[in-house]
Amino acid sequence: MQEWANQLCENRQFGSKMTDSKYFTTTKKGEIFELKAELNSDKKEKKKEAVKKVIASMTVGKDVSALFPDVVNCMQTDNLELKKLVYLYLMNYAKSQPDMAIMAVNTFVKDCEDPNPLIRALAVRTMGCIRVDKITEYLCEPLRKCLKDEDPYVRKTAAVCVAKLHDINAQLVEDQGFLDTLKDLISDSNPMVVANAVAALSEIAESHPNSNLLDLNPQTINKLLTALNECTEWGQIFILDCLANYTPRDDRESQSICERVTPRLSHANSAVVLSAVKVLMKFMEMLPKDLDYYGTLLKKLAPPLVTLLSAEPELQYVALRNINLIVQRRPEILKHEMKVFFVKYNDPIYVKLEKLDIMIRLASQANIAQVLAELKEYATEVDVDFVRKAVRAIGRCAIKVEQSAERCVSTLLDLIQTKVNYVVQEAIVVIKDIFRKYPNKYESVIATLCENLDSLDEPEARAAMIWIVGEYAERIDNADELLESFLEGFHDESTQVQLQLLTAIVKLFLKKPTETQELVQQVLSLATQDSDNPDLRDRGYIYWRLLSTDPVAAKEVVLAEKPLISEETDLIEPTLLEELICHIGTLASVYHKPPSAFVEGSRGVQHKRLPGSAGSGESVESPDTGSAAGVSEAPPAVIPSQGDLLGDLLNLDLTPPTTTGPPPPSSGMQMGAMDLLGGGLDSLMGDESEPLGGDLGGSPAMGAGFGAPPAAMPASFTAPVSGGLDDLFDLGGGVGMPMGAYSPPKTVWLPAMKAKGLEISGTFARRAGVIQMEMTLTNKAMSVMTDFAIQFNRNSFGLAPAGPLQVLTPLSPNQSIEVTLPLNTVGPVMKMEPLNNLQVAVKNNIDVFYFSCQYPISMLFVEDGKMERQVFLATWKDIPNDNESQFQIKDCHLNSDAASNKLQGSNIFTIAKRTVEGQDMLYQSMKLTNGIWVLAELRVQAGNPNYTISLKCRAPEVSQCVFQSYEAVLKN
Amino acid sequence: MAQISKIFNLHVLICRNYKGDVDMAEIDHFMPLLMQHEEEGLICPVMSHGSVHFMWIKHSNLYLVATTNKNSNASLVYSFLYKLVEVFTEYFKELEEESIQDNFVVVYELLDELMDFGFPQTTDSKILQEYITQEGAKLEVAKTKVPTTVTNAVSWRSEGIKYKKNEVFIDVIESINVLVNANGSVMSSDIVGSIKLKTMLSGMPELRLGLNDRVLFALTGRDKGKTVVMEDVKFHQCVRLSRFESDRTISFIPPDGESELMSYRINTHVKPLIWIESVIEKFSHSRVEIMVKAKGQFKKQSVANNVEVRVPVPSDADSPKFKTSTGNAKYVPEKNLVVWTIKSFPGGKEFLMRAHFGLPSVENDEMEGKPPITVKFEIPYFTVSGIQVRYMKIIEKSGYQALPWVRYITQSGDYQLRTNV
Repeated sequence: MQEWANQLCENRQFGSKMTDSKYFTTTKKGEIFELKAELNSDKKEKKKEAVKKVIASMTVGKDVSALFPDVVNCMQTDNLELKKLVYLYLMNYAKSQPDMAIMAVNTFVKDCEDPNPLIRALAVRTMGCIRVDKITEYLCEPLRKCLKDEDPYVRKTAAVCVAKLHDINAQLVEDQGFLDTLKDLISDSNPMVVANAVAALSEIAESHPNSNLLDLNPQTINKLLTALNECTEWGQIFILDCLANYTPRDDRESQSICERVTPRLSHANSAVVLSAVKVLMKFMEMLPKDLDYYGTLLKKLAPPLVTLLSAEPELQYVALRNINLIVQRRPEILKHEMKVFFVKYNDPIYVKLEKLDIMIRLASQANIAQVLAELKEYATEVDVDFVRKAVRAIGRCAIKVEQSAERCVSTLLDLIQTKVNYVVQEAIVVIKDIFRKYPNKYESVIATLCENLDSLDEPEARAAMIWIVGEYAERIDNADELLESFLEGFHDESTQVQLQLLTAIVKLFLKKPTETQELVQQVLSLATQDSDNPDLRDRGYIYWRLLSTDPVAAKEVVLAEKPLISEETDLIEPTLLEELICHIGTLASVYHKPPSAFVEGSRGVQHKRLPGSAGSGESVESPDTGSAAGVSEAPPAVIPSQGDLLGDLLNLDLTPPTTTGPPPPSSGMQMGAMDLLGGGLDSLMGDESEPLGGDLGGSPAMGAGFGAPPAAMPASFTAPVSGGLDDLFDLGGGVGMPMGAYSPPKTVWLPAMKAKGLEISGTFARRAGVIQMEMTLTNKAMSVMTDFAIQFNRNSFGLAPAGPLQVLTPLSPNQSIEVTLPLNTVGPVMKMEPLNNLQVAVKNNIDVFYFSCQYPISMLFVEDGKMERQVFLATWKDIPNDNESQFQIKDCHLNSDAASNKLQGSNIFTIAKRTVEGQDMLYQSMKLTNGIWVLAELRVQAGNPNYTISLKCRAPEVSQCVFQSYEAVLKN
Repeated sequence: MAQISKIFNLHVLICRNYKGDVDMAEIDHFMPLLMQHEEEGLICPVMSHGSVHFMWIKHSNLYLVATTNKNSNASLVYSFLYKLVEVFTEYFKELEEESIQDNFVVVYELLDELMDFGFPQTTDSKILQEYITQEGAKLEVAKTKVPTTVTNAVSWRSEGIKYKKNEVFIDVIESINVLVNANGSVMSSDIVGSIKLKTMLSGMPELRLGLNDRVLFALTGRDKGKTVVMEDVKFHQCVRLSRFESDRTISFIPPDGESELMSYRINTHVKPLIWIESVIEKFSHSRVEIMVKAKGQFKKQSVANNVEVRVPVPSDADSPKFKTSTGNAKYVPEKNLVVWTIKSFPGGKEFLMRAHFGLPSVENDEMEGKPPITVKFEIPYFTVSGIQVRYMKIIEKSGYQALPWVRYITQSGDYQLRTNV
């Protein structure tokens, strides 16, 4: 944990000449020779002076290794200061002179038995720092003695020495049984010794992730908690960090540990406070929320977190980065503390930026006025990065707190009036988001925005402005002129501007087709002919085909209703957030990256997770992400901010989930395009002309393929659309219907014995968005059956027959008939047990029969169940953890892409995919016919047939059924 | 923000490699990295180069840099670096290049004692001074045994301390932090209090400090007199935290000499003790006119001492002229400030200062920030929060009588008033 070298360096200006510094000044040629003579002098004082000179030379980087034997000779002295200097020299040069280092062994061994404990400790401390294999074996005996030394000072030094030795030769440490001795020291009577033993064990355990080295059980925990009260501040940190790795057995144990840790929040050392916060944040997960103590604990956390902001700036920075995580995990803790995050003029820039971030997270209706006043103040500062972020923050406030939107917009307009270039650009970028969030509300400001068109030189601002012009083309009189002005330098623009311009002009064309034909042709040809950017070209072709084949569909796609943008941005993805909470105070929490992303050799180390909450009862299994060679490096998995979303929309290659991409246009395609150029105008105008390319997609495919997803105009980025795209290029598939929804095989619902000879077997299926009950009716009786009718009892999702049971002909003995009954979900609702139980009554001319059957809940997953990413994140966070349940799917041998495709067939949509350490995490959503959303995180690990699935839903009772559906879909 | 930094010939002054897992040469990347960040205006206390992470602080012209390649506890690292500064400062008075060079032997010794294998050890400089001293001659005798304090549960006080007269001095110091907006509304205000001890007591005394803490009063069912709600309390290592947590008793064995026993924060709305109204009018290309009114918003009996009102002026201002109703105004061009000093400022009084500066006709096109007006002051015999030391019980087994002395001071902390210009 705390393994770091410490170095002190400085800006050297001028030399100086006083006391010790005189040793630094000798630079003559015969220096080594002279020193040699002095080192061998009889006079103690002279010897000491000589050693000092040697060390001084060493310090400034001169090579004095040649003096090794002479310095070692000075080792046998009873002068402690001299001894320390010689030891220092040894630590530095032993590695380069391993053979000679052996010469020192005897003295070490002897010193380890010196009556003076300072010398014993010094010897054992130094020996551990000499990283020479040959020496280590001689170290074992002295170390063993020192671990049992009567003086705690020696024992605590020896404890650390075990960790040092383990670093050099782990096997040796294990063989010699030092680990057990170290474990025994946890029960030592002296708190310093306990603390160092804990530190050493934690350190060793880190390189042996699977060993049960720190065998934490309630007894050891108790010992640690006792030592916590007595040891030094640093020892307290070691112990707290170690405690954080423990998972209490139940909520009562969790609470009792919390109670004993909370006093640490009053420690003056910020690091102690943060480590205590880590333990509390983690163990709090296990406490039931209705417990009084839970509320008390939440209240206790706020003041110390606020006080951390009075620490030194670097510590403030660490604290702020951590508060950022804490606020995301438990917003309630600091919701009333907005003011303390107000930026001070003299805060360092890194503190300012972090405070700003937290201010936005805490912004709410209650404090928005103050926040906005502050942000406006910041936006007139001079530091560019800070100002930009402040402007962006104003936009985020508008989106987050609806009541403030108007005020935010007018603040932004004020800022645009300042004409400070980067302020204007930043403001335009955020105004675009505000338009998205509140369509048709603030368009009056467009005129002001257009005035600033010329000053925009940053791609993001240009793209945002172009988007605005395209989106509101019908209200901007000279929209065509404005867009045309951008077109002149088309090839000098960045990709995001090009893509946006393409889309905007197509929008313009769809809105004002008569005046803008030329413009749209121009941009399409620029995009498809003159660009070598595949994304741009592909999008160009897509628009072109859409326009040429079915302008109505084109309108539906390009001018589709946009999904809402979510309030929260820059949220850290939930699993990563959980992991980071377990790393509070460490570098990981500062970088907001998992340790595996920046520490070499940490692969295969377990990812830490928060313990499950008391309610769910499911034990959380830490994913064992050990093996898996050739894993892709985990990207810093921060979900893109709103700003990036635009990029996402624009950049096809950012598309995370599916792997299916459209085949690159072949040369035949190019030909088609050429043809289009010639005769395409008619088709652009909407005439039903024959598509030119032979294999161009027909309109029905378009409609179906593009219509389904709720996603906006750049139709190519949602998963189901890829299918639609394929259809575009290959008409063979026919209608772009979501195929392959899973349907279980038929089972016997009503045996003949129970129904006077009528046997019914059946299943459910969802075909083309319609739920169907598919039945086989068999007459096993002796007489003819007629007059069939069917009725459902009330059920959980209001399933009801959409029409009468169509058995037209009488059913003769030994005859079977297949019947398909379409269902709807508008029937009366009553909660059933199990949830997916359906009670059916079937009547014929003989009698009425009752049976019950269970339908797979996946039948109820609707086609537009794909949640927008940002919404997904916000929803995931919003749903309380108690509603989360975890399941294991065993023996499934699909890889994640195959699984994702398969699930999609059943309207389980993958929204994002992340790969960490060979483990794929699929984030999925589905929507039930009654509007209930279910969010899922599916973990798939290469080579491991067991999947883990976490489901979150506001109606947690559906989870079990959803899980069953997953299992059924994946295994069939 | 970024200033032009002078180019120094960086060199490593002293270095202690505790673990051997980070290459010593890595530090060579530090300075270029820092300069690069500075140029981009994005200095950050954590920087990384390859797999090595640098955590640094700056003290006068020294950089103290910790390097690691693991997921280290960052808050521990910074706490430790500041502790290093504290220990070195106590040892050498000033921590700077010269003092390190002059004492490199002791510095090495200290680095060894302060941290082992990356684990901070004993960092209490009073205790360290018992066995790591600067004069070699004295060492021989003193160093023959480890002070038990090093590993004791009481790691901050040695045994056998003797004083002829047993006394303890208690300073209650409250700093007022205020942030006032340009329109005169108080954006945020809080009180950061600190109780400092100067202990001159023999033996191992047990001390108990009684404050008019509202939580304590509520616990004990007493409700007489004024009480104070402390938002967050931080204690010196010596205070028994679990005891405080359970019954709010502040009990401890004090370190010898000077120490900060505790600090607290009070979040109540404080009326700014010295209120400033300012009118700053900038006439481009010609002049700046400043009018500042300062008002003492505290009791008439109290007096604020050494009041300094610091008013920012444009960096290209020249030919200052001042007029004050009391005190002295001075132009400090290197800080772009007018400093108005009032030695003694009685409560309820109001003073005025006018300043006039010329501005060059060619304007400085660099954008300047809007630094706030800041105020410094000190008001003795008074605390804003009304906190009081009710008692200090001192019990030592020898049974001596000891006298506690209490002193109260209120002073300015981070006291900023934003301006319109």
